[in-house]
Amino acid sequence: MINLNVNQKAYQVDADPNMPLLWVIRDIIGLTGTKYGCGVAQCGACVVHLNGEAVRSCVTKVSRAEGQKIVTIEGLSADNNHPAQVAWNEENVPQCGYCHSGQIMSAAVLLKENPNPTDDDIDSAMAGNICRCGTYLRIRKAIHLAAEIQRKESASK
Amino acid sequence: MSTSNVSRRNFLRAAGLTGTALCLGFYFPSNAKSSKIVAADGAAASDIELNAWIRIDTDGKVTIFNHRAEMGQGSYQSVPQIIAEELEVDLKDVNIVFAQGNQDKYGSQITGGSSTIRGSYKNLLKLSATARLMLITAAAAKWNVPATECYAASGHVIHRPSGKKYHYGELVVDASKLKTPENVVLKKRSEYKLVGKPLHRQDTPLKTNGAAIFGLDKRLPGMLYATVERNPRLRGKVKSFDDTATRKIPGVTDVFKVQMDVFNTTREGVAVVANSTWAAIQGKKALRVEWDDTGFEHVNTADIYKRQHEELATKEGLSFKKQGDPDGIIAKAKKTLDVIYQTPYQSHSCMEPVNCIAHYQKDKLEIWGPIQAPDWVQEYLSKQTGFPKEKVFVNMTFLGGGFGRKAFLDYPHEATMISKKIGAPVQVVWTREDDATQGPYRPGMSYRAQGVITNGEISAVKFRMAGQNHNHFMGGKKDVANDSTAEGFLPPYFETIKNISFADVPFETPVPTMWWRSVYASTNGFAYESFVDELAHEAGKDPLAFRRQYLKDERSQRLIDKMEEVSGWKNRKKNEGYGVAITECFSSTVGQIVKVSRKADGKLKIDHVWAVMDCGWYVNPDIIKAQVEGSVVMALGAATIHEITFKDGLVEQTNFYDYKMPRIADIPPIDVYIMENDADAGGVGEPGLPAFAPALTNAIFDLTSKRIRKLPFDMAKV
Repeated sequence: MINLNVNQKAYQVDADPNMPLLWVIRDIIGLTGTKYGCGVAQCGACVVHLNGEAVRSCVTKVSRAEGQKIVTIEGLSADNNHPAQVAWNEENVPQCGYCHSGQIMSAAVLLKENPNPTDDDIDSAMAGNICRCGTYLRIRKAIHLAAEIQRKESASK
Repeated sequence: MSTSNVSRRNFLRAAGLTGTALCLGFYFPSNAKSSKIVAADGAAASDIELNAWIRIDTDGKVTIFNHRAEMGQGSYQSVPQIIAEELEVDLKDVNIVFAQGNQDKYGSQITGGSSTIRGSYKNLLKLSATARLMLITAAAAKWNVPATECYAASGHVIHRPSGKKYHYGELVVDASKLKTPENVVLKKRSEYKLVGKPLHRQDTPLKTNGAAIFGLDKRLPGMLYATVERNPRLRGKVKSFDDTATRKIPGVTDVFKVQMDVFNTTREGVAVVANSTWAAIQGKKALRVEWDDTGFEHVNTADIYKRQHEELATKEGLSFKKQGDPDGIIAKAKKTLDVIYQTPYQSHSCMEPVNCIAHYQKDKLEIWGPIQAPDWVQEYLSKQTGFPKEKVFVNMTFLGGGFGRKAFLDYPHEATMISKKIGAPVQVVWTREDDATQGPYRPGMSYRAQGVITNGEISAVKFRMAGQNHNHFMGGKKDVANDSTAEGFLPPYFETIKNISFADVPFETPVPTMWWRSVYASTNGFAYESFVDELAHEAGKDPLAFRRQYLKDERSQRLIDKMEEVSGWKNRKKNEGYGVAITECFSSTVGQIVKVSRKADGKLKIDHVWAVMDCGWYVNPDIIKAQVEGSVVMALGAATIHEITFKDGLVEQTNFYDYKMPRIADIPPIDVYIMENDADAGGVGEPGLPAFAPALTNAIFDLTSKRIRKLPFDMAKV
């Protein structure tokens, strides 16, 4: 049995310790917001937070995540109200939507580490996330907006 | 349309709803050109199979059955936006349900050809206005006032003089008993409150918190997972397999051979069934399969193009369209431009790899998946399994991209056969490697273009194409030209280019091919609009002015005005390359101007893209802009980054590390403009794609005098 903490909830899972975290989250725990895109850390659809860092769950063995703090897109905010989520809605970013769990999880880490990212900062932080629908320009715009929302939120705190 | 009997109860049950409601749909009477609208009760009484569209419940809830797939293109928003406009309800009160596959009920459901809006908007408007009129009539009768004193707004009927109002829900019982009115008056476009407005998509919140259910996310009780090791040469058979190592993997429950027809080809493989996706993937990796790859050609990419070029050099091909005498003029001409263009095989590479759930039961078959054509799947699986159509239930989930791939019928068929064999619901998951290496692909194409310029004017143009014809996979006749031979080329050119011909030189390989976003326009457009540019250069004319000269119709002229205005075409500077291309696709025209320059490091850079879309009547300008932006990005990848190649019959690209994608830093600024006119609606999801590649290469020619005729090309090496 492996003990996991996902979105502040404890789980005991019976899984091969080599099974990537992605499949444990999706097939055993049953949270399907985290997506399978490539299985080889190329596309970023599977990004989750492990102790606040963006990791690609498709190449992260579940044993590595044992006892640590895992956050998936379902646990990013209580009410779809993380600044990135708000900005994604405001800028009409998603088309098919499949990659955006990963895009938002990558953006959330960027926003935490860099409250005022430039275009170049965004390009380098988001370089690992593919969007086949080609929503990149809106992603960049939304991250700028999210940064603004975040600054306003922290100013009002 | 079928006229099989459907009782109201059956109809509502099929729709997953019961109870009293005003439920309206339309149907197409035999021998009639236009649709008729009827209530569900009327349909039952008249023995009519109706197309279900909207339902209003006694609590006022409006349910819309969206007959089309949502794969990013926005039908989930645009169809309700049309209905809410004429029905006079707030979008937030509208519940959207994906309709099940049923062509008899919904008409064609294939989400392809950019057809969702252009194919149904007139009926949707009329249907919604009819429902509104019935609700107003019912309210007027209750109040005993003339209907002319009543109007509808935000899900209510209001009596103008008194201010009294009824909620729609209070009227549905009475309204559902009324005869369906025949001639409703539709709103003028200037009266629209929702249509034409850039409203936020209602599916966005679901796509930012993990709630949207894509095919891979669907779960059924007792569902198992399966992967399939399919023949890597796409056509070969399984000779034998060793599953010893596979069966030792914890979670693997079954291993067996699968075989299926894919249009006119047969594919074989070995299925691995397990209790998790991971175990199924591990089990597949551990398989040892010996393949029988006899009886078909093992293609090499270089040979494919060599053969295409040889055929184009010697064969006239099947004539598609011809006017005047281009051959006679070319034969006598002192100088003829005579060039070859080449475009690559492409993978759809949807972010959600192909997958499907099937639950084969004693008396029925249920399918869940990212499916572009649920009605085709229903019909096909009915034939394959022997279940009557009404026992084949095909459910669409959200699609994580489609681009044509998910209109193929192979993967639901494969899932069905695996479910039948194991007697349980199963989700068949294609790995990214399966998705990349199994096709079907956009076909690699070659084009030969010949043209004669006399005194600065076009006197003859002759186009021939050589490449695989999708229709052949669906049993199409082989002695007729590809019906898409001239796709992408603007019809108004035929008014001014008096001597012109298009021909298709038949070409086959064993590689399965399928529609890829904008289909043949995506490759034709590169050849034809590159060649128009070459003709302009030969004529010594400005390429935009040249197009203006040959595209004399009003819409083209206005489009060119707009392109010229927004791009600053007239003020372009030295050291800047500007390229133009205009293409037609699915009844919409898109013109693009691309600006390139050489940076200090010596590398070429795309500085800007201006795209002007003329799609006539439209619903949501922000969705249109998003579709064009995305089309440009997809075209950028296909023109400069990736291609599928074959070596000894094997696909050489397997995942995103060798089939690379454009990434965020690669994307130039893209400005999209939409033309305003009252023409009928054209397509939106695909037409933004074809003009990009030729506009880019024409811009590079403008800057460097290098003519790029082969895609993809490496921007860093120009």
